[in-house]
Amino acid sequence: MARKTVIPIGPFHPLQEEPEHFTLTVEGERVVDVDMELGYNHRGIEKLAEAKSWQQITFLVARICGICSTSHPIAYCNAVEDLCKVEIPERAKYIRTIVGELERIHSHLLWLGLAGHFLGYNTVWMWAWKWREPVLDIFEALTGNRNHYDMLLPGGVRRDIDEKNIPWIKKEMDEIKKKLDMITKAVLDDPVILSRLKGVGVLPPEEAKNYGAVGPTVRASGVKIDVRKDDPYAAYDKVDWDVITCENGDLLDKVVVRILETFESIKIMEKCLDALKEVKGEIITPIREFPPGEGIGHHEAPRGETFHYVKSDGGAGPIRHKVRAPTYVNLPTCKVTAPGCQIADAVIILAAIDPCYCCTERVGIVRDKKKEWLTQQDLVKLSWEKTERLRSKYAR
Amino acid sequence: MKELKEKLGDKLINLYEHTPKRIYVEIKREDLKDTVNYLFNERDMRLATASGVDGRREMEILYHFSEDKTGKVFSLRVKIPKDDLKVDSITPLIKGAEFIEREIHEMLGIDFVGHPNLKPLLLAEDWPEGIYPLRRDEKGIKNLKDKNWEK
Amino acid sequence: MGWKEKILRRSLWVYHLGTGACNNCDIEILDVLTPRHDAERFGIKLVGSVRHADVLLVTGVITRKCLPRVLRVYEQMPEPRVVVAIGACPMEGCVFKGSYNQAGPLDKIVPVSLYIPGCPPKPEAIIAGVAKLMETLK
Repeated sequence: MARKTVIPIGPFHPLQEEPEHFTLTVEGERVVDVDMELGYNHRGIEKLAEAKSWQQITFLVARICGICSTSHPIAYCNAVEDLCKVEIPERAKYIRTIVGELERIHSHLLWLGLAGHFLGYNTVWMWAWKWREPVLDIFEALTGNRNHYDMLLPGGVRRDIDEKNIPWIKKEMDEIKKKLDMITKAVLDDPVILSRLKGVGVLPPEEAKNYGAVGPTVRASGVKIDVRKDDPYAAYDKVDWDVITCENGDLLDKVVVRILETFESIKIMEKCLDALKEVKGEIITPIREFPPGEGIGHHEAPRGETFHYVKSDGGAGPIRHKVRAPTYVNLPTCKVTAPGCQIADAVIILAAIDPCYCCTERVGIVRDKKKEWLTQQDLVKLSWEKTERLRSKYAR
Repeated sequence: MKELKEKLGDKLINLYEHTPKRIYVEIKREDLKDTVNYLFNERDMRLATASGVDGRREMEILYHFSEDKTGKVFSLRVKIPKDDLKVDSITPLIKGAEFIEREIHEMLGIDFVGHPNLKPLLLAEDWPEGIYPLRRDEKGIKNLKDKNWEK
Repeated sequence: MGWKEKILRRSLWVYHLGTGACNNCDIEILDVLTPRHDAERFGIKLVGSVRHADVLLVTGVITRKCLPRVLRVYEQMPEPRVVVAIGACPMEGCVFKGSYNQAGPLDKIVPVSLYIPGCPPKPEAIIAGVAKLMETLK
């Protein structure tokens, strides 16, 4: 039997910005097992929420995660509105949808850049992040901040969208569409990238169901679940759009799903911006009474379904607030996708679920002298070397 | 709904429809595994998550099942008395429940019988035993904080 | 002025340590390095290991699980050590203040040279902060 090597990744390493710890067990070049340890980012938000008022929590949950900083508030507001059985004003629904979709565009671009970086294509990283900047500019104009938008409150939204901004936003969206088109062609025509992604890290649909995985991770495997379609909220049932699915469940499909979803998001946004011209009126229904009971809300964040549960006793704040972020259920799927692959592919496979550890709570270092050590840097180097090898192979 | 009522029969303690899409089902602790098996395998629902709640008299665990075809969320409520914090683990049925149960175990101190790997998930390695942060009457946290702040 | 300080003046190599942040500050740090802001033109470079770094950028509340690791990373850093706290979290905890898993503000754990407040600070603010840091090192 080949010698087993344990490779610890993290908790602090240069590439993923957040601390988390993976232990890869490998035999020669093949990964046989992967284990993960969470909790470096656990900030006790659920406990903090019990000491805050209903309105304050909106800003607390926005800070669960910096990338999905409007997904959690949308899910939370859905939960509170479910508890109080209130309907939010029509215009607020459209504004929520616009902010939610803008966030998806920026998040998917961010992921595309990071995926390029993991594969050793730093050009893709720089491009994608450069084109992400206009999206952040739009956010700044609409909400006042580049990240942490804080647009929502239970009952509606806090700021209105000025009609002056609409033509400019549409122009920027057209630009992004063109550039995304270009990057799609450039990236997906590259034989090196294709051979790095195709058939690697496959997630079968049965396993996806077993782990309860959500979002683009399972949509790439052909499981058609999307909260926006299944249990519509905000304005998702008022505009026409499609759920994107692929079939193979490998890394390539995960990239394709995310790119196509970005186009879909731009489509939804444009329709909502048009609708804003017609739909006028209030943007918030103040909620004054919070009855005892329970409320559940979910939202399709860029990474999958975000789930919030609140329990009230009729007081000024919840007595229990449960948050479940998409990475929490997507992360264990690595136990299925990573074994059997090469070490050089491990980095991109672990990144393929678009991990967001701060979401996961809100959620080690292996010390065994007998075992051989490799660092994350070595690992990324391996990944880059593989790309180089393939590059020279495909070079004409 | 009707099907669910018939299937559960006398296992069902309480069925409450908050809104047409949010259904709360209360069952006895002993019937948890059968009911989960029915919802997950026969009705083809997805386990969204489980929330542990520290009620006044007893602990509650709500298993939120999402039926994606209809967009309904079924919350399966199980009450656990505070002097006997034990419940059957559903990890053997659903792999995805592993992390969820580990989290509830360390936050509320509920024991999951039959869980393959019930070690702490989120808290620090040197977290003192017997302090469960999400319990209402937890007194230990305050001392802990003061000690650490001084460091 | 020692030779180390002389070298420091020219270009700063930074190492980024997220200790329980919401990710936003971390992304803004990466943003500073991407084409629009392009901090590399000032010689600021993100390095892969703290052993190569002159400056340690800390984001996020210090969680209990991270605390021993933060100390360890700090000890691995070569002298002179410059620590920068980015965002409101390492300063006083931001919205997470009072959490059971917060191990305390950063300056009670390691000495801090520069604070860049904000939730999150804009890339411009981060560049301005680092520029000020370069001034003080002269």
